[in-house]
Amino acid sequence: MLASKLILKCLEDENVEVIFGYPGGALLPLYEAMRESPIRHILVRNEQAAPHYASGYARVSGRTGVCLATSGPGATNLVTGIATAYLDSIPLVVLTGQVNRDLIGTDAFQEADITGATEPFTKHSYLVKDASQLPRIIKEAFYIASTGRPGPVLIDIPRDVQEENLRNIDRNPDMNIPGYKPNYKGHTGQIRRAIRKIKQSKRPVIYAGGGVKLSYAENELLAFAEANQIPVITTMMGIGCFPEDHPLYCGIVGSHGYDYSNAIMEEADLCICVAARMSDRGVAGTQKDIEKMELIHIDIDPAEIGKNIENTEIPIVGDARTVLLDLLKRDLNTDTSRWLTRISAIKDEIPLLFHQSLENGLANPKLFFEQLSTVASEDAILFADVGLNQIWAALYYHIYGKRRYFTSGGLGTMGYSIPASAGAAVALGNEAGNEAEDGNKRQIYCVCGDGSFQMSLAELAVISQLGLNINILLFTNTKLGMVRQLQHDTYGKDHYSGTDLNFEIDFMKLAQAYGIPSFRASTTEDAVTAAQKAAAIQGPTIVQIDVDKDFLRI
Amino acid sequence: MEHLTNHNKHRCLSLLVMNNAGVLSRISGLFSRRGYNIDALTVGTTEDEQISRITITVSGDDKVIEQIIKQLYKLVDVIKIVELEKGQAIRRELVYIKVKADDTNRNKIVAICNLFRANVVDVAPESLILEIVGPASKIDAFFEMIKPFGIIEFVRSGATGLQRGKRSVHESK
Repeated sequence: MLASKLILKCLEDENVEVIFGYPGGALLPLYEAMRESPIRHILVRNEQAAPHYASGYARVSGRTGVCLATSGPGATNLVTGIATAYLDSIPLVVLTGQVNRDLIGTDAFQEADITGATEPFTKHSYLVKDASQLPRIIKEAFYIASTGRPGPVLIDIPRDVQEENLRNIDRNPDMNIPGYKPNYKGHTGQIRRAIRKIKQSKRPVIYAGGGVKLSYAENELLAFAEANQIPVITTMMGIGCFPEDHPLYCGIVGSHGYDYSNAIMEEADLCICVAARMSDRGVAGTQKDIEKMELIHIDIDPAEIGKNIENTEIPIVGDARTVLLDLLKRDLNTDTSRWLTRISAIKDEIPLLFHQSLENGLANPKLFFEQLSTVASEDAILFADVGLNQIWAALYYHIYGKRRYFTSGGLGTMGYSIPASAGAAVALGNEAGNEAEDGNKRQIYCVCGDGSFQMSLAELAVISQLGLNINILLFTNTKLGMVRQLQHDTYGKDHYSGTDLNFEIDFMKLAQAYGIPSFRASTTEDAVTAAQKAAAIQGPTIVQIDVDKDFLRI
Repeated sequence: MEHLTNHNKHRCLSLLVMNNAGVLSRISGLFSRRGYNIDALTVGTTEDEQISRITITVSGDDKVIEQIIKQLYKLVDVIKIVELEKGQAIRRELVYIKVKADDTNRNKIVAICNLFRANVVDVAPESLILEIVGPASKIDAFFEMIKPFGIIEFVRSGATGLQRGKRSVHESK
């Protein structure tokens, strides 16, 4: 069998249904073999978008996303997307073509050392030098990407390796990775200590991160919080891991979180950190408080414990779901009624301030998201880009039930939301031709600003071509709002530099050029109406919402 | 010439790693991007040809060393890490020193070498190359004695070592 066919067979063995890719010279054999493979190939319009598609696909399907690019520039274009997935712990297998083995190291045409370039932000990587190793490498790559703390794994395959002809290939070789043994079960002794600590605590909080979503521990988190009446605060990556309409919900912490959430953190005496990194942004404003209180840190990655916050009292290395199930086995008899009363008082003292008065009558994005929350379907998924749009959506679009919020929280990659939401739509079968299946497809919102939109707008072609059912909510102010706000806050009024796009694009005509129905709204009311109209349309839509350029505060 | 070793800050880690292409760059890359300093690094084969052994001398307090070990363990190619602690392990280094020497002082230098059980491995009309193996303290003391003669250049291999006793690194905790 040709190695190129073998690669696709091995991917089939891993239940891969779709590859987001872009071809090139070093991938000719693989693309030739793909003509006869049942695996679907979706041709992206720029390799930069391919890992984001795969990431969006992975987020909603719970499977490993796969993307593919040719050697040299194709591979280097993947770099930002790979780093984005690494920082957010998303399981990806990234395949790249490479020049022939005898050309490696000669600066050949379209040669780039991609395993070297991506070494800092891949969980692991392989350069395949012997085609007979492909079954083992592909099996290991999927195993490593999807287990433990998930992350991207890269396989670099020289063109002449793809052309090798192999006999008697065992597609299911033994897998023995002595240096990789992820630990799922928390240490019983530490769990016992944690239980004792929670019992003694008067003012505990659960600080829940993105890992809760990655380990599908939402139900266990809810059960644990309810059983012991412990309030839950999430990080930005953790948004949606706990229902926002629940009385124990206490908002989002960190630099862009709610003031009341940070105030609650300040008064807590025990922090139960569940699958969060305690990153600089996540603890901004509360780091000193966290260092003073007692800390139980649950994480599957032992290196996260003690990395950012040094005073970890009780480290529990393990999978969030497994550890929470262990904690649930014990009746803790906690009495937090006084603490919960105090929390209600804090919530009343520090309300959400979104009613910023706008004299010019332009749309208020905060009010818009508040109102969208009331009209969006109960299982709507929202992909936010990076910038003010991300924070508006994070704080004012409310997640409960089966709703989900995804964003590039770790790396903060602009241009993420369009390809990521497209990957999610593909995973859910939200595309033209599938309407009959269940009539009412799960709603997907893609939120971006005019800065981030322009970074990935080439992918509109894919969205339109496949008829992906995505509602793009495009906030326009011809400014790079978030950096502009930082300039304002750091250097003072009018210290803007390089943040004025100041060029009006006719996005309605652009949408028309891509064959996407579009709406434009300049008031909050019109924006909500337009979003509802857009949601009723099968297939992609764009709703452009004009925002005041000086609408700074998030 | 900075040849003195700060014994308190320097710690020695012994790693078993898969003998895969790129493993050394993964490890050195990890040190540079996380801002840890490598003072010395040696690599060699082991009794199992698929596995190499790396000895790294690093500086840092307990917190830093703990984080380094955790980050190293995240590399899929890293199988096992032990710290070669003073007392529980032997740590040795090989050093070659090229020193100025002529008829007037050659014998003096050779006498010092004998005291330290160092070897003279090259003799030339105006220089000698001295070879010494030992723990950092012995090497530092030897340097102090040789320095006055005029050191032309030297090379240090970096520390390498094994844990004392019957147990192998595989059996260590």
